[in-house]
Amino acid sequence: MSLWLQIFQFTLSGLTTGSTYALVAIGFSLIHNATGIVNFAQGEFVMLGGMFMITFYSFLRLPMVLAFVLTIFCVAAIGFLLERGPVNRARSKEILILVMITVGASISIKGLSMMIWGKNPMTLPSFSGENPLIFLGAAIMPQSIWIFGITLFVVVALSYFFRGTMTGKAMRAVAASRKTALLSGISVDRMILLSFTLSGALGAAAGVILTPITTTSYDMGVMMGLKGFSAAILGGYGSMPGAVIGGLLLGVLESLGAGLISSEYKDALAFLILLIVLFFKPTGILGKGSFKRV
Amino acid sequence: MGKQNKIYLILFALGVFALPFFLQNNYHLMVLNISALNILVVIGLNLLMGFAGQISLGHAAFFGLGAYLSGILTTTYGFPMWPTIFLAMALTAGVALVIGIPTLKLEGHYLVMATLGFNVIVYIMMLQLEPVTGGPSGFSGIPRLELSGFIFDSDRKYYYLLWAVSIGTLLLSLNLIHSRVGRAMAALRQNEIAARCAGIDTEAYKVKIFVLSAAMASLAGSLYAHYITFISPGTFSFFYSLQVVTMVLVGGMGSLWGSVLGALLLTVLPEALHAVKEYNVLVYGLILMGVLVFFPHGLLTGVAAILGKREKGVSGGMEKSKA
Repeated sequence: MSLWLQIFQFTLSGLTTGSTYALVAIGFSLIHNATGIVNFAQGEFVMLGGMFMITFYSFLRLPMVLAFVLTIFCVAAIGFLLERGPVNRARSKEILILVMITVGASISIKGLSMMIWGKNPMTLPSFSGENPLIFLGAAIMPQSIWIFGITLFVVVALSYFFRGTMTGKAMRAVAASRKTALLSGISVDRMILLSFTLSGALGAAAGVILTPITTTSYDMGVMMGLKGFSAAILGGYGSMPGAVIGGLLLGVLESLGAGLISSEYKDALAFLILLIVLFFKPTGILGKGSFKRV
Repeated sequence: MGKQNKIYLILFALGVFALPFFLQNNYHLMVLNISALNILVVIGLNLLMGFAGQISLGHAAFFGLGAYLSGILTTTYGFPMWPTIFLAMALTAGVALVIGIPTLKLEGHYLVMATLGFNVIVYIMMLQLEPVTGGPSGFSGIPRLELSGFIFDSDRKYYYLLWAVSIGTLLLSLNLIHSRVGRAMAALRQNEIAARCAGIDTEAYKVKIFVLSAAMASLAGSLYAHYITFISPGTFSFFYSLQVVTMVLVGGMGSLWGSVLGALLLTVLPEALHAVKEYNVLVYGLILMGVLVFFPHGLLTGVAAILGKREKGVSGGMEKSKA
């Protein structure tokens, strides 16, 4: 295989995992825009997505579409409960305290999942077969096509939601200015709740589509969350197109790094990128100039 | 550092000195030795959390850097032990400086993520640099410490060494927070803008405290390596970072005595309740979440505030509970 073909192949597989990073990064941005906090439990949503799907599809033998919908619903409900419970009840509304509460939630979810689903990694069958398609000389798994398709659908649906519906516009208003939104009669409380629920749903979707490729286990959430966060920072924290670009770019860089340099340090690479971005351009690729420095 | 603190410190040191006479079991001593090391890490972390208002989820990495640097340099390359401990501290401090300068300019949760990312990188390197670190199976044969012919070769001897270091650090830290630097940091914690208006270089203070705190974790790591004589990556994973943060929060941010109690409690308790060990992860998560939701400034300070509302400054802490 020529070098260029290899690079093309790595780029394709990078775009596949990058799409799921993008979904996680969007989840981070949604909650950040509504509340100003980083939700550490974002990665656990991805893990839970995979786990619920395995439970519904492989164990309970429900039809795939029904299992998918149920999974999204369940994990969105967990996002809902996370907001209604610990985040909303917190005595202190200091950002750092709230962030650490989500860290606690993340660890609790991880511990609970270990008890429910055990320690072994689990996998799902691909949505439609394992026979690779050949595209310009490179092999693509059908699952990758599903991942691209579903990510694209989610991104388009979300941009319609934010531009075309009243609730979406209200959420953007909250992101722009919480006080002004409150004064115009928007229930900020409900928008925050909605952002957690939506993030849960997004994480779950990422988990379901990614599991057939990478498998899932109770402890994959931290890593996934960190990568999603790195992607969000890389693209420009809080920006939706930034999240997508950051996710895809991170996926490609990681895949090229693993393929051409060394696969052992694949996970370290993502954080190296995170540190470099924080070092040189903390606003990210699409970040706005008005970055808050304390 | 105040008369009250001096009395507490003397009483505490006497108690620590006397305790081994009542303990025959080496296992109990070992748990207490690990507590002493945790206290060292937790006090350093509390300086960062309680006074600079920043949270690090990478202290396991600093702890691990100390342990691995000391272990590898003395065992493989035959460096002398005591100077290497200080060399490891200096190198770890340098690393912390590189991470701290860019991230501490940003809002608090960037340091949380950057340190967590750093922890993951260090952990992966410990696993992957197998020829140097021994990889997943760990690094063994680290020499025990000796001081001009006196070899620390039992849990009891290490007990006095580790607790002396730990109490010494507590003494220095208490002095630090009651000095000009400490008051500047307290001002920084309460209102950064006001502190800056008062002429305090808040950014420099934050970086300095972060570096100091990393160096303290490194010291604990070096001592750990020379005490246990075997180190493996599992000890220095992200979970340990989380454990020490939980210890600080249980003890109360800004309260150094709280940190001592928090570290002791959370080191001894899981050992005492063997059944809990199975659910370690879940239990830590729930404690962390519960304490933050109901007592955002710490469990012990929170409880103390409820018990004696009139009694102020119970623990020399800067924070007042809102309860």
